[in-house]
Parts: sequence; structure tokens; C-alpha cells
Amino acid sequence: MLAAERALASVVSDAGAQQGSAAGSWPKPRLGGLLGWIVPVAVAAIWESAAALGLISGRLLPPPTVIATTIWSLAASGELTLHMRATIERLALGFAFGVAAATVLGALTGYSTVGRRLLDPTVQALRNIPSIAWVPLFILWFGIFEMSKVTLIAVGAFFPVYLGLSSAIRDVDRKLVEVGRIYNFSPAAMIGRILLPAALPAYVVGLRSGLGLAWMFVVAAEMMGASEGLGFLLVDGQMTGRPAIIIASIVLFAALGKITDTALVRAGARVLSWQDSFKPQG
Amino acid sequence: MLRLQSVSKRFENGYLALDGIDLAVQPGEILGIVGGSGCGKSTLLRLISGLTAPTQGGVWCGDIPVRAPRPEIGLVFQEPRLMPWLTIAENAEFGLGSLPKAERRKRALGALRRVGLDRFADALPRELSGGMAQRAAIARALVARPSVLLLDEPFSALDALTRTDLQNHLLDIWSDDRPTMVLVTHDIDEALFLSDRVVVMRAHPGAIHAEHTVDLPRPRFRTSPEFQRWKVSLLAELQAAMDVATAA
Repeated sequence: MLAAERALASVVSDAGAQQGSAAGSWPKPRLGGLLGWIVPVAVAAIWESAAALGLISGRLLPPPTVIATTIWSLAASGELTLHMRATIERLALGFAFGVAAATVLGALTGYSTVGRRLLDPTVQALRNIPSIAWVPLFILWFGIFEMSKVTLIAVGAFFPVYLGLSSAIRDVDRKLVEVGRIYNFSPAAMIGRILLPAALPAYVVGLRSGLGLAWMFVVAAEMMGASEGLGFLLVDGQMTGRPAIIIASIVLFAALGKITDTALVRAGARVLSWQDSFKPQG
Repeated sequence: MLRLQSVSKRFENGYLALDGIDLAVQPGEILGIVGGSGCGKSTLLRLISGLTAPTQGGVWCGDIPVRAPRPEIGLVFQEPRLMPWLTIAENAEFGLGSLPKAERRKRALGALRRVGLDRFADALPRELSGGMAQRAAIARALVARPSVLLLDEPFSALDALTRTDLQNHLLDIWSDDRPTMVLVTHDIDEALFLSDRVVVMRAHPGAIHAEHTVDLPRPRFRTSPEFQRWKVSLLAELQAAMDVATAA
């Protein structure tokens, strides 16, 4: 009778497990990726026809074809590469520094109560300063060249990443942490093997917000004084009265921002594939 | 093997959870601890595991005072508590710190085989049923080869069939290398089926109400008249213990 009970129980539990894994491999709708293009393409079409019909002034709001030609000629003259490279380099450097600092401080204040009581009030106070307010000081300290811009971008990226990681670590399930305590984990093992992996989903969200702010501040930094970069292109378009250049830069910002965010989401989805989510990201 | 000497635990809010517990567990013995909810049986297990320190008294494992979790004392929680980002094998080897990678993997697979999960070594926790996840948690505790295995209502969240299956698994493991086991449960059936000795606790404050050596021969059958007689008297005693607690 016992053998029969056990055989039955194992059949039951195996069936349950197979159901669970089968649910993850439902066929996905094929056209899902194209759905996102409908709105931008429709807006461009309406905009173009409105300009063609003379409903909007092509001089102040040039139609999409003119924007595309502008981007094309920028690319042909090599200017586009120059400006994009300048912007992306600043963004990458600033984002990297901001994220590195936020990760170290966020892990520290998330893990250690003393660390949190010591540092978190200061960080929270600093967070409430509008980051643009730092600009005059950074320019005085670091000059008008790269250093002040990279610092501003780093400050922008820092806060969402710090906040996300620190609170996510504090919110890690006590029950998982106790498993580490049972095995006498050192603080480093506790952070590296339990707290950081468990906080990873919130960390990825923090990185996305941080990246968004980094894009915001790269524009701010470049508008304040630069000789190259997409932000410079914006100001240049204004000074020389060429709205096509301004809109072209805006479109490029949108495209680059979306591409970097998608890259981050993809990378996040790869490291978070263990999650048992309602709907996967992306 | 395990010794508790006048152990008391008062929580920070002043509540006396355990009052003057004296208990000794022999090597290789299976001790069942039963009691109503709030009688401090889980707190008692946490004290033995070293997760919590007693306010008074002491816990010894052999000659060593338990002041922090120790590798020779394994603990299985009520929930599996697997790391969702690790595979089952990686979860099983979670507590093996300093060994080489190949050796860790080998021992993890060995432990998984003992709980019948070796086919699922590379699955993720979300792909497992509740019973399988709890078996993985038992494998994680076994990997460190503990001489004492503490179980905190390990099967209470499972359905009756799976529970019976895991109880048998546990007895198989026990008959292989006879670890000392302390099992906290609110399930009289489970306590009687598994334990050599059963301790009945009462609440407010948590204390030992009675203690019985279960002389039923193994293998035990839940449907046998002797088993049923034990069950009836133990249930009556548990009820009495709860009445004392309510009166107090």
C-alpha cells in the first residue's frame, strides 16, 4: 500500500511539473513587433500630407521627408557621426560612473543599517536638488569641457539606480536571507549570492530610469556649451534658424534613446529569465 | 547529541515565547514536537539551529554550545526557500562554500538522487511543483551531510499524497545514515508515523506539556489499530495542553 501511495504521489507531482514548464513555451504572436510602428508611421503620414496640403507651415514645421533629407545630408558630410559619437561617448562615460557609484552606495545602504542611517539622509537631501542646479558649480570646478558634462550625466543617472537598488535590497524576502544565515554567509556572500540577485529585477528598472535621465542630462550639458554633439546641433539649429536641424536632432534622440533602452531591456531579460512573470519584459 | 538546558526565550516586545525548556535528543533519534499554533515550537527549532539566541539557558550540539548556525546542523523550512534564479542543482549546492566546483556539483547531484530529483537538476524552481521544491530543499540540507536535521513543519503546505510520499522519503534518508532529526509539526499523524519520541507543547508561555516514547514497530501503518489508539490519546493530550494554555 505504501509503495502504491508513493508511486501515485510521484506521478502526480511530475505531471504538475510538466504542466508548469509547458506553460512557458506557448507560441508567441508573430506580428507583435510590428505593432509598435503603427503610431509613428501614421503620425508621419498625417504630418507629411498636412504639409503637402499647406495646412501647416513647412518653414516652421518641416515635413518628415525634409527631416529625413536633413539627416541624410548630415550623415553624408560626416557631421552626423561626429555629433553622435560625441553625445554617446559622454552618455556612456557619465552613465557608467553614475551606475558604478550608485551600485556601491546602494548595496551598502541597502545591506547595512548603520550605512543607511549614516549616508541615506544625505543622499536623499542631494536627490532633491534639481540636478541642473549643479551646472554652474560643475563648470567652475571642472571647466566647460568634458569633465563637467560627464559629471552632470553621472549625477543624473545616479539617483534612480541608487534608490532602486537600495530599497530593493531592503525588500529582499527575509526568508531567503535566512537561508544564507543558516550557512553562515559572510556579508560579501550575503550581498553577492542572495541580495544582489534577488534585487536584480528592481535594479534593471533603476538602470532604465537612470539611462533615461542620462539622456536628459546629456542634452542639458550640450545645450549649455559644446562644439559638438546632438545637443549642440539643437542649439545650432535654433541660432541659425533651421527647424529641420532641430527636429532631426530630436528624432535622433528618440531613436537612440529607444535603441539603448531596448538593449538594456534585452540584457535585463536575459539575466532575469528565471523570473516567473505574468508577462515578460520587452 | 542535542541538549537544551532551561532554555527561555523572551521576544523584544516582552512576550515570553519559551519558558524553561529541558530537552535531550539521542544520536540517530527522531524527535517529534507537536503543539497548537503559537506554542513556540518553531521558535524552539530556531533556537536549536542557532538562528535565534535564547534569552536564558543554552543549547549544545554534542559538546559544542550552539551560538550561531553550524554546518553539522541542517534546517529545512516550512517553505522550500529556493533561490529562484538558480537551477535545482545550484540550489542544492548553495551551502557548500569552499569545495571545488566539480565536487560541489557531484555532491549536489548525489543529494538530488536521494530525494528523486536528479532528472530536474538543471530545471529552475518555477518549473517544480510544491512537493518537488520541498524535496529540493531537503536535498540542500542533506548536501552538507549534517549530523542533525531540523525540520520546521516541512510538509504542512503540501497535499496529502505528496506529504505521505515525502514522509516515506524522509524515513529512507534516515535509515541510510541515521541523522538525529527534530521535526516540528502540528500533524499528529505525521509525528506518530515518523518519531521515536513525541513532545507535546503548550502555549503562553511555550513549555513542554508531556513527552512520550512511541513504541510502535517500524514500518508503521497509519491504519493499524495501535496507531489509531496512539493518535486518539495524543489528540486528547494536545487538547488538554491547549486548554491549560487558554485557562492560563
